[in-house]
Amino acid sequence: MDFLGNVTAALPAYWTPLWVTIGATVGGSLFALLVAFALGLMAGSRFLLLRGVARTVIEFFRGTSLVVQLFWFVVVLPLALQIRFDAVIVIAILALGMNYGAYAAEVVRGAIAAVPPGQLEACTALSFTYWQKMRLVVIPQAWPEMIPPLSTLAILLLKGSSLVSLVSLADLTFQAQVLGRRPDQEMLFHLGLILVVYFILSYLIATGMRFLERRAKRGLGQEPPKKSALARPVPVEVQSAAAAAVER
Amino acid sequence: MGWNWETAQELWPLLMEGLRILLLVTLISSLIALALGLVVALTDRSAPRAVTMPLFAVMEFIRNTPVLVQAVFVWTAVTMWLGTAASPMWTGAIVLGVHYASYTAEAYRAGIDGIPKGQWEAITALSLPKPRAWIAVLLPQALRRSTPALGNYVIALFKEVPILSAIGVTEMVRQVDGYAGLNYTGALEGFTIAGLIFLVVSYPVALLMRKLEKRLAN
Repeated sequence: MDFLGNVTAALPAYWTPLWVTIGATVGGSLFALLVAFALGLMAGSRFLLLRGVARTVIEFFRGTSLVVQLFWFVVVLPLALQIRFDAVIVIAILALGMNYGAYAAEVVRGAIAAVPPGQLEACTALSFTYWQKMRLVVIPQAWPEMIPPLSTLAILLLKGSSLVSLVSLADLTFQAQVLGRRPDQEMLFHLGLILVVYFILSYLIATGMRFLERRAKRGLGQEPPKKSALARPVPVEVQSAAAAAVER
Repeated sequence: MGWNWETAQELWPLLMEGLRILLLVTLISSLIALALGLVVALTDRSAPRAVTMPLFAVMEFIRNTPVLVQAVFVWTAVTMWLGTAASPMWTGAIVLGVHYASYTAEAYRAGIDGIPKGQWEAITALSLPKPRAWIAVLLPQALRRSTPALGNYVIALFKEVPILSAIGVTEMVRQVDGYAGLNYTGALEGFTIAGLIFLVVSYPVALLMRKLEKRLAN
């Protein structure tokens, strides 16, 4: 009958799973950002081969389901590498990073394509190399435009990290179901509790990304955005296509 | 443990059955998401703040928490309430539909916000009654703007149906998992083919949406 006592006693068991969720989200996001810039730059390249490779990888990961990719990575990676893979979290980070990285690549490509052509002409006039152009002119201007859609994607990635529980990685979602099944605990309470935790984590991501956006815009001397912390979701595919329309 | 065509052949009927359920759930969920999203977007425009504020909070909460946990939560709650196991397919379809309604509502809202100010002024100038203004003037323009985003959300929803395998919806992933659990093989073949099926179904629709988007942008 001592519901509160039982619950309080169970709470410390969430400590490690919380860090698994945070680790998968942060690790996945960083890897996704790397994938996004690599694929995004390739997809905007002059060379057909680079563009073709990037497009294939992007469409492949966007066209299939994250759940399928996760299971596929868990089954295939150990087979392909001929090793037993005990660190499921590494597979989880790879799968999350590739999937959301493919979406983010479109964001990167679109934002770069939306940089005014005069800027590129100026780079040519100054005979900048490709990397000078990208590093000094294009990316600093494209970056603030990327942040809102990337923020939406980071929150999607946090939500997607709950899927690692399906491949038996003990994250928040997994742990809540383990604890909830114990006879002295309430399943609904534990699920409700982690829903609130996920919401708080989403809020933290949104707040952090707004901070980054303000800083990036200030760096360009632009007006900082004024909206509330939990911004409206930016439909990612639409965003990139709108940017592509500007390009033409 | 390499690729085995016989296993793939054995898996095929299971995958097709999984695909049938997958498409069925997608259909039910999309209808819920498209209808409920519109209701939410219109309520957000016309209802008093006492209604829109809690509605906004609920939608934010649904949008910012994982659908997997939501599905398990609702399934557990409904099962407790009924006293017998709830239907995984219907529970899952409804949860996924409501989850995506929190996205489609924003797509509708963006479409309504994109209507030029002159249209609102014209409605006032003609003193059109509110229902007539929405049906004849505002919604046709808003829906046109929202369509590509809504289409993309339906594709995204389709790809998230396998999450419902967690509550026992027997779509493709669940079928492959079941087969692999019984036969200790087939995971490689099953998940590869399932992935390809996803690509074959979703890619043409995605291309269509992108075409539509470009046409509407001009």
